[in-house]
This record gives sequence, C-alpha cells and structure tokens, in this order.
Amino acid sequence: MREITKLIHKYLRHDKKFPHVWCPGCGNGIILGALIRAIDRLGFTKDEIVLVSGIGCSGRLPVYVDFNTLHTTHGRALAFATGIKLAKPELTVIVIMGDGDAMAIGGNHFIHAARRNVDLTAIIFNNSIYGMTGGQYSPTTPYGMRASTAPYMNIEHDFKISELAVTAGAVFVGRGTVYHARLLDSLIEKALLKKGFGIVEVITHCHVQYGRQNKLGSAVDMMKWQRDNAISVEKAEKLSPEEKRGKIIIGVLVDRELPVYQDEYERIKERAKVSTVRGR
Amino acid sequence: MEKKKRELLLQGNEAVAEGALAAGCRFFAGYPITPSTEIAEYLSQKLPQVGGVFVQMEDELASMAAVIGASLAGAKSMTATSGPGFSLMQENIGFACEAEVPCLVVDVMRGGPSTGLPTSPAQGDVMQARWGTHGDHPIIVLCASSVPECFHMTVRAFNLSERFRTPVILLLDEVVAHMREKITLPLPEELEIIDRVRPTVPPEWYIPYEDNASGVPPMAPFGEGYRYHVTGLIHDIRGFPTSRSDEIGPFFQRLFRKISQNFAEIHMSETFEIEDAEITVVAYGSVARSAKRAVLEARQRGIKAGLLKLMTLWPFDRPAVERVARGSRVLLVPEMNMGQISREVKRVNNGVCTVVTLNKVDGTLITPDEILKRITEVYQDERDN
Ligand SMILES: Cc1ncc(C[n+]2csc(CCOP(=O)(O)OP(=O)(O)O)c2C)c(N)n1
Repeated sequence: MREITKLIHKYLRHDKKFPHVWCPGCGNGIILGALIRAIDRLGFTKDEIVLVSGIGCSGRLPVYVDFNTLHTTHGRALAFATGIKLAKPELTVIVIMGDGDAMAIGGNHFIHAARRNVDLTAIIFNNSIYGMTGGQYSPTTPYGMRASTAPYMNIEHDFKISELAVTAGAVFVGRGTVYHARLLDSLIEKALLKKGFGIVEVITHCHVQYGRQNKLGSAVDMMKWQRDNAISVEKAEKLSPEEKRGKIIIGVLVDRELPVYQDEYERIKERAKVSTVRGR
Repeated sequence: MEKKKRELLLQGNEAVAEGALAAGCRFFAGYPITPSTEIAEYLSQKLPQVGGVFVQMEDELASMAAVIGASLAGAKSMTATSGPGFSLMQENIGFACEAEVPCLVVDVMRGGPSTGLPTSPAQGDVMQARWGTHGDHPIIVLCASSVPECFHMTVRAFNLSERFRTPVILLLDEVVAHMREKITLPLPEELEIIDRVRPTVPPEWYIPYEDNASGVPPMAPFGEGYRYHVTGLIHDIRGFPTSRSDEIGPFFQRLFRKISQNFAEIHMSETFEIEDAEITVVAYGSVARSAKRAVLEARQRGIKAGLLKLMTLWPFDRPAVERVARGSRVLLVPEMNMGQISREVKRVNNGVCTVVTLNKVDGTLITPDEILKRITEVYQDERDN
C-alpha cells in the first residue's frame, strides 16, 4: 500500500459499512484526503477533532472518519458547531458543508458565524449544484447554466462564497480546487491553525448532476477545466477585471486578526464576577 | 453555621432561570421573543458568573442547534422561546429526539398562530409541543402554574431530560411567566439533581446506542476518548445510518420504551378536594389556579367540586385522569385554546362520565368566576337529568 493511502486508512472507520455513498469520480474523496493530511501533519489527536456536517453528499463525509462526528440538519451545521465549541473550547471543530447547505438554507448562519468569529474552520464543497437531491440549481449555480429545476436555464445570479465570507468578517478565507490537491492541503492546514472563523472554499465537480446537465464531460474533463481556469491570488492581482472574468482565483484571499469570540467571552466572565447588573 | 435560604420576589421567567442554574445548566442559546425574553436576560447575567455560556444566536433554528451541540459536548443546555420561535425550533427538536440529546426547551405560550397575540396568555401550543416535529417520537412536556413551580419544574425538566436522554419541553403561559410571587429557593443539598449516565466501559467497548434494561444508553461527551457518530438519520447501535428493517424496528422500540416503561416516574399531578367530588375540574398552567379558587367557592355553595392539576402534559397522565373519571359524574376541562387537552381527557375517559369544556381564546385569562359559572351550570344540568 502506498504511504499516502496508508495514512488515509489510519483515520477511516473500518467498522463503518463501506462502500461510501459518493459516485465514482466524485471530488469529495479528494477533499477528505486533504483534510486528513492536514490534520495528520498538524499532529492533532483523533479525540481533539470534532467533525460537524450538514445534509447533502458532502454531509456524509464525517461518518467515514474516526473522530467525534456529528451529522446535523440541512444548513445548520455551523450553529451546532458553535454550541460545541463554546461549551468545550479545547476541541478543534471543523464544519463540512455543501454550497446549498452553506449558502441557501444555511446562509444566515454562515454570515453570522463569520461575524461572531467563534474559532471554527468551515470547509465548503462547492459543486455548483444540489448533488444529493438530484441536480437542482443552488445559490452557486452560475447564470445561464442548467439544472433539474432550471431546465431552460438558471436566471439567478450566483453567490461568490469566499468573497461573501470576506465581507461578513471571516479571519481566514482560502479557495482551492480538487485539481490543486497540494494547495488544498496547505489551505486547510492554514485554516486549522488560524484562531477565529476561517473557511476554505473548495471548487469541486459533480459530473453526474451538474456536468451531465450542462454537457461538461467526465470527472477528468471537469478537473481539467479547474486546471485551465484557476489562477493564483498573486497572479490575479496583476490582472484587470476584464482578464479575471470567468477565472477561479485560488490561494489565500484573507488572513487577518480580529478578536475571537471565546477570548472575548472569557473577559465577560471576569467582568461578571466583580460586577452586578441592575442590582440582582 | 446554618445556611440561610434565599427568599425572593421573582417573576415566573426569572424562577425558570434560577431553576436552570440550580439544575446545573451551563449553556443557554436563544433569540429574544416576548413573553420569554426575561429568561435570556437573566441568564445572560448569571451564566458567566458561574462559568457558563450565554449566547444570543441569529434565530431560533440556530439556537436549538447550538443547544444540542453544547449538550453533546457535555453541558446541560437550554433555550427559551415563544410560539413563532418554537415553530422554528421544531426540526432540530426532532434531531434531539432522534439522536437522544438531553436539553430543555421552554415555550412561553402566547396567542397564535403566527405572530398572534405577542403579550397575551394562551395555551395553544399543547399539541405542537407533542407533535410539532415530524415523525413518530416520544417527548416529555411539563407545564407550570406558579412561580415556585417554575423553579422546581425546571429542575425536574432537566432531571428528566438527563435521565431519559430526550428533549423536555416546559410550557408556561404568559400569565405564569410574567407574574411575581414569593419563592424560597431551596439549598443546593435539598435538591435532587440527576446527570446523564456516562459510559463506564473503556472506549473500545463503547457502543453508543446499544440497548439495556433502562432503554437509555450511557452518553459520552465529545472529546473524551469515546469517538462515535451522531446523526439525525435512523442509525444502528453504533450510531451509523442504517436502512435495515431489523435495525430500524428495534431502534424505534427502544426510543418509545425508554419513556413508556417509566410513565409513573414522569407523570406528575396534584389533586384538591377530589375525594367526594362530583364535578372535577381538569386544568393546567394559570388556569389551574383559577380553577382552585372556583372549586373552593363552589364548595362554599354546597357543590362537591374538585381539581386535578396536570403538571406533566405528555406523556398524557392517563392514570390520574382515569382515577378522577371513576369517582366523578362530570369532568370540566377549562383551557385557553379551542380544546387540546380536553380531547385527551375524552379519549381516556372513554364514556365513563360526562366531559365538558370551557374554551377561551380572546387574549384574556380564564377567571375563577368563569369556571365557577360553568361548574354551577353543569351541576344544574346534571341534577335536572
Ligand atoms: C430542511 C431540509 N430541506 C431540504 C432537504 C433536502 N436536501 C437534502 S440535501 C439537499 C441539497 C444538498 O446540496 P448541497 O448542500 O449543495 O450539497 P451536495 O449534496 O451537493 O454535497 C437538499 C435540498 C433537507 N434534507 N432538509
């Protein structure tokens, strides 16, 4: 067995009834691999990690790995994770979401988690479609594309997940693709090291739903598209808005310091000990 | 030196908050809504003083989610809300039932549906508390009728939720939540506090949803070596999703059995003057207080009236109702709704005696006079028959 495969196996739950639910060629396994490599490299113990997910193909990820794992309700993973982290700050809480999960039904929780700045790391699997329910359009399906609920074409405009996270206050925002696997490893590693709310948006392909409906070819074709259309943050800085159109900008978009919620809350506890409010 | 008990003049909502702290609650997540907000305000001040966490979430969906997350991490957790927020919590309340996560939801009932009557009393959420979330599930629902009861039933609600690994819903109506009464807080050592059973086996042996005699599997908090999977999907004894009918059936049976084999422990009610009562009022919440007064006055007029005050609404206290049905000629069920508990009373009574109702949904409470009038009418009718 190759070293890299051995490493993944170290973290899988072998008592779980494999095979997994993902289609052959799905990008989700690449993200799972990157996540495991990042966790392993940073030296976390399995007990320290809590993996929380929403509902969707992406939401099935935690069940396969040997951490504390929680598969929540559609869109609410970040809110569950907030409760875990605040109740037990010593845990490292990682949240897995799909684009529909994070941007549609869970959009409100997403912007508030970024604003609140609880120390969580969110990984968003952006496949531009609702995979699990059979290919309906999502808030990240680009204008003009097809989906099973946009059979003529999608007339809504897409959210840019990373840019939304930047505006909402996330302290770390990285974007990668499943084609650029090495970069993905390092983005997740950086996000995990960062204290505060950090996200990694991962552009991945759903060749079965999105690809088929839009004639984008096989999984390999769609990964080649990622290769050919991605440009690094550094390169993008030198380009005009015209030249950047249609490109996926990958790398670290934001890495900044803002007060972290738990630290602020510790100060509130200190204050509460010495002062009484309204004489109670 | 003898410790002095604290005597306080508290509002029902504040007594809930004190009860929560006494029960060991260390996590509150909520979203403001009248008439429940004082619970959040009170705990936002007190929880940080005792090392607990208060967080105001972006909505009630998130509040309920955060409460479940905190409970999985080992904290006794709660939220408080009213009708519109209670509706938003339903999906995640179902998650807590399915994944068996202890937690407390206080619903201070106001007039509904929709925004309804934000500052008026009602008891319209009784059926929602039972069946608000989708799918078949057991649930425990309590209802308090005084400020001291707000305190004690909050403690009890936490105890039941920890003991049976289930969400517990505590219903108040606006009258009880906002009225002020004297309460003598018990000393900590006077209270029975129950904590969830934790695994005693080493992590390698831990099977998170394995059945046992109690039907309640020991619960390990996240982060202490017992790595397992928690999901809202129907799961096997290891917590992993299953679609095998030989695993789904036993899961549901255990879920129901852990409650149904303990009805006697969960049911709580009080009676007043029922020994020789010909007319027994069956009431809960603030209406039970009006009913007690009405019973006293009816007795002064020579009418043999009595009261059964329900404190556990779900699982429905069948034995208590059957007992009064056997001894009475009439059961009168006054409610601030169009008849939610009266249906249950009729079902349980099963034709043994006459069941009559008194329903009021005009935004005002039910007064002793209104109940007395109904008792008198019913008494006349029965005599004329
Ligand atoms: C409240 C609720 N509404 C709808 C659904 C149905 N549902 C399940 S997964 C899903 C969409 C998933 O899409 P996405 O989040 O993009 O994840 P993916 O499957 O593509 O990984 C929907 C709508 C649900 N489970 N819960």
